Amino acid sequence: MTTTPSTTVKATGSSPGTPSGTEIRLDRVTKDFGLAAPAVDDISLTIRPGEFMTFLGPSGSGKTTTLNLIAGFETLTAGTIALNGTDVSDVPPHRRNLGMLFQNYALFPHLTVAQNVAYPLRERKVPKREIARKVAEVLELVQLTGRDDNHPSQLSGGQQQRVALARAIVFEPRALLLDEPLGALDRNLRSALQAEIRRIHREVGSTFVFVTHDQEEAMNLSDRIALFNNGRIEQIGTPQQLYAEPETLFTARFLGDSNVFELGQAALDRSIVWDGESWGVDPATVAAHPGVRAGSAIVVRPEDVEVAARRDEVPPGANAVRAVVRDVEYMGSYRTLLLAMGGRGLPGRTRVSPLRGDYAIGDEIVAWWRPGAQRIVAA
Amino acid sequence: MSSNKIRWPSWPLLVPALALLAGILLVPLADTLIRSVSTPGWTLSNYSNLFTDGVTLTVLWRTAVTAATVTAAALLIGYPYAYLMTRVSPRARGILLVIVLIPFWTSVMARNFAWIIILQDGGPVQSLFEFFGADDVVFYGTTVGVTIAMTQVMLPFMVLPLFSTLGAIDRRLLLAARGLGSSPTAAFWKVYWPLSRGGVMAGVILVFTLSLGFYVTPALLGSPQESLVAQLLAQRTTLLLDFAAAGALGMLVLVVTLVLVAWANRMGGTMSAIGVVAAGRTEGRR
Repeated sequence: MTTTPSTTVKATGSSPGTPSGTEIRLDRVTKDFGLAAPAVDDISLTIRPGEFMTFLGPSGSGKTTTLNLIAGFETLTAGTIALNGTDVSDVPPHRRNLGMLFQNYALFPHLTVAQNVAYPLRERKVPKREIARKVAEVLELVQLTGRDDNHPSQLSGGQQQRVALARAIVFEPRALLLDEPLGALDRNLRSALQAEIRRIHREVGSTFVFVTHDQEEAMNLSDRIALFNNGRIEQIGTPQQLYAEPETLFTARFLGDSNVFELGQAALDRSIVWDGESWGVDPATVAAHPGVRAGSAIVVRPEDVEVAARRDEVPPGANAVRAVVRDVEYMGSYRTLLLAMGGRGLPGRTRVSPLRGDYAIGDEIVAWWRPGAQRIVAA
Repeated sequence: MSSNKIRWPSWPLLVPALALLAGILLVPLADTLIRSVSTPGWTLSNYSNLFTDGVTLTVLWRTAVTAATVTAAALLIGYPYAYLMTRVSPRARGILLVIVLIPFWTSVMARNFAWIIILQDGGPVQSLFEFFGADDVVFYGTTVGVTIAMTQVMLPFMVLPLFSTLGAIDRRLLLAARGLGSSPTAAFWKVYWPLSRGGVMAGVILVFTLSLGFYVTPALLGSPQESLVAQLLAQRTTLLLDFAAAGALGMLVLVVTLVLVAWANRMGGTMSAIGVVAAGRTEGRR
């Protein structure tokens, strides 16, 4: 890879005076298909200019519907959508000037690669010579130079998605909307294209809105993640915030592995009692979420849980629980111990270095962690 | 190695079909061809007469115009109909399919006599025109009446290949086109229409070639003064017993038809589209 394509695209992509990214503002957006519950339920959200925003969530959580509302493929039941402060709620999709990438690529099978990429430029009546130049430029950016005259059916899945990407950015849209674009690709190709999408986001500098149900993909790509659940946004923040400071049990469980101790309506005092164990509480680790008062849970990430052979090996001030080793998974750089914790045998897990002793199934141990490493979230 | 490893040649399975084709198609066709160039004596006069007798060319032209009109009408009616079939619930689709197929299940005679009753002088259609002040409109015994009835008979041959082609078009391509800056109309003409062309070609060629040789409808609803090719053929074989002249005319129609089919195949319309119909839309929308 040379640096030529990036410089040329930047030169055309952000002409002076044009901001490189578009702000997308959703204000109390609702979409009701007339089913039991609205698909999108009163969502407000501002996506910053040039930001890589990911809509993450399980299927049916409303993330794709929200993306389609931004694209204009669905009409709003209530609320408004504004691009750079201009209300586009009633603007048809072909006048919103947004690029869109679909999971199935949606390349036009009757057109060649070059004709596919030229399509949005033709629709905008760009002069022929200009079209040829921009198509060549963007095909170089996605590393598909020389495939101009191929038909989509002659390309692999990864190449087809590159063509779709080229077609979606060639007309310098106000933002790029990506609807699970890597969902149909195998694992290796996925991570290669993730890197590609990150690079193109950096080079084009426009706002990207990415929909996925894959938490690793979301963490890997995003500036910020909006986690969707039942048509609402459960939590929004940087990948680090969502992982380290979840507000709710749903967020904690959706991103990464967690050990979860449900507390019911336990009072959030200096200390908490769970299954006869008395644990210290760091006020900084209590989520600000209002739901915490009604019902809460302690979440501890597996990598924060340490293992001791006996109680007296646990450092003072740490929270501890007795546990039985249920299984040991060797993962190469670390081992995962699957545990049954406390008197009721709550399933849990911890990571240990392979260098630190041997553990066998049935071993009785003590699992412990610092109060600062746990997080008290709304259940 | 077990005995089922022995591979019997599979071509003998074709023998019955080939024998049937040879017996009822190739032999009579060859006979017709030979007679057309060997009566009286070896000559091409039967062919040159077609262009000089003053009747054949007129009838051929009238037949071509009628067939083209029927094809255009069937396309204009059939395309939206087939599109609708791809957009409704499976249940409604079944009903629409049955409506198209009813002509297949009804006797040709019954259908044509029904059209006679509807289109005859003093019939409901003419009365309707009279009610609006058009007193001199005649359908029965005219090419217009023949065209109307033939369109109805031919509609399934247009709708079925179109339905199988349109049903296979990924509708997300239309969304993609909208997102890339196409108005709904532009998205149709630049994406949907080109992708449907195979079905259009298949339907057009089926309806046009079948219309060229249509006999019953023009014979019953048309008039001898405005006869089509099939009537002319019947007249020359059953009334004039001039098999050589009829053979020459038949050969001419056959050549025209084959040329059209070859052209359509090259244009990308394939007859295979018809074969898909029976299986229906197996790949549904995800």
